[in-house]
Amino acid sequence: MDWIDFLIVVLRVVVVFALLLLVTIINVWAERKVVADFQNRIGPERAGPFGMLQTVADGLKLFFKESIIPARSEVGMFLLAPFLAVIPAFLIFLNIPFGRPITIGDRVIPLQGMDVDVGLLIVLAMSSMAVYAVVIAGWSSGSKYPLLGGVRATAQAISYEAAMGLAMVAVVLFSATQAADAPGGTLSLAELVERQSGTWAGIIPRWNLIPQIVAFVIFFIAAIAETNRAPFDLVEAEQELVGGYFTEYSGMRFAMFFLAEYINIFSMSALTATLFLGGWNGPTWDGVLPVWLSALLPFVWFMIKTYVLVFIFFWIRATLPRLRYDQLMALGWKRLIPGALGWLMLTAVVLGYRRFGLPWS
Amino acid sequence: MTVDAWIAEPVNWVFSIVAVVILFTAVRVVTSPNVVHAALYLVAALAGSAVMFLLLSAEFVALVLVLVYIGAVLVLFLFGIMITRAPTGFDEGLSNDRKLVSAAISLVLLGVLSWASLSAFGTDTVNTVGSPTATEILGDAILGRFVIPFEVVSFILLSALIGGITVARRDLTPLEEEERKAV
Repeated sequence: MDWIDFLIVVLRVVVVFALLLLVTIINVWAERKVVADFQNRIGPERAGPFGMLQTVADGLKLFFKESIIPARSEVGMFLLAPFLAVIPAFLIFLNIPFGRPITIGDRVIPLQGMDVDVGLLIVLAMSSMAVYAVVIAGWSSGSKYPLLGGVRATAQAISYEAAMGLAMVAVVLFSATQAADAPGGTLSLAELVERQSGTWAGIIPRWNLIPQIVAFVIFFIAAIAETNRAPFDLVEAEQELVGGYFTEYSGMRFAMFFLAEYINIFSMSALTATLFLGGWNGPTWDGVLPVWLSALLPFVWFMIKTYVLVFIFFWIRATLPRLRYDQLMALGWKRLIPGALGWLMLTAVVLGYRRFGLPWS
Repeated sequence: MTVDAWIAEPVNWVFSIVAVVILFTAVRVVTSPNVVHAALYLVAALAGSAVMFLLLSAEFVALVLVLVYIGAVLVLFLFGIMITRAPTGFDEGLSNDRKLVSAAISLVLLGVLSWASLSAFGTDTVNTVGSPTATEILGDAILGRFVIPFEVVSFILLSALIGGITVARRDLTPLEEEERKAV
């Protein structure tokens, strides 16, 4: 590995970082606009064209505000929590391939922060680490409402992580049968995307969405719950808990929680697109279009798919009322987890039948 | 291998640093006067163990450790602590005077584990960093050669689960049943 390879790795990480910050600025604005439209309001419109610079203005404002540290807080933990929120959020997206590998000279550059054999596990592990930020923030604030937010977050994270993991297993199991040349399962996200290329019967894209539609629904519901978004935002329920776990945070530290939440929305949408909607797969018309355009198109397809899902996030937030705590637990443990388990067994039986035939024959 | 040769390997620097961190946090788990701090030190110790597995190029085990222990078990610990009591100061009733017994048991456990791993593996070495064990091999091993221990462990977990429910569950008295039906 010479210095150019090293530089490429650094560049990839920096690109992911910049991309996430950029989409966060857009997403915060987009959510306010979309929700405003749903509620027949105008939304931000003063700062910049269509109010697009509103997020920048808000960010600058938060940057200059005082960060208050409450007297009753555990100072060390209180200061650590915002960082614990942002780091896993970045690490999740680092694993997601956002474009087709580019070939420059004799170097193949994957458009992905890092391609690891167990990428899917890293994503799952990091999304379960995110709850620590909420718990530590809630506990260290030394105040009642944040503590309640933290307690709610723990129970919610555990309940929905299980459903999410089980839905992923069904997808991994299915995609193990999809490789033409290399049979066997994979946990690498780049490989999972690769296996969804092409079409069935010439027109239906070979996305996991169609054969794994149940897993998709379960996964997406669990993803919304994992990111603590409405209707699963009991962690930060304004009407009951003031602001939930970040009640005592202000200034830049509050902005970091906000940033983490929006990065998580984008990362979870990107992950769903990667697992179920074929990631960056799409027509690129190689040879017809100029080379640079063909190289850019996969990224465009990826962004379109991701933004469709991000829009659904906003849509659900604007449509559904918040769940009650017992409803949240009932949905997680009595619907999603048995549903995911049943779907996993069905997938396993069907795939086993296709490969081995009937057990008694 | 001499000490000079051992320390010349960058992997061993990382090992030394992580080992010191694990030892420090593990001691703090039992000596920390605040129960939430103890749980968070346990998180750090487990994260250190995950790094150790990474150094042994066992990616899958390392990540499963993070996922299961840090991501689920310790979160449940914290849930339990916070739903009952979540002191932000010191907790006087956290230590007791049975330190000698615990120390003796810990030492015996350390001895048994060291003896077991030394007699099982001796001077065998593992893959070097950069050539991770394929997840496929682990899957084949768990569902092939070790399938019976695997199922036994699953049944132990299941029975623990059912036991937990039976202990925690309180059946309604006939009077309460009536009230619930009335609502």
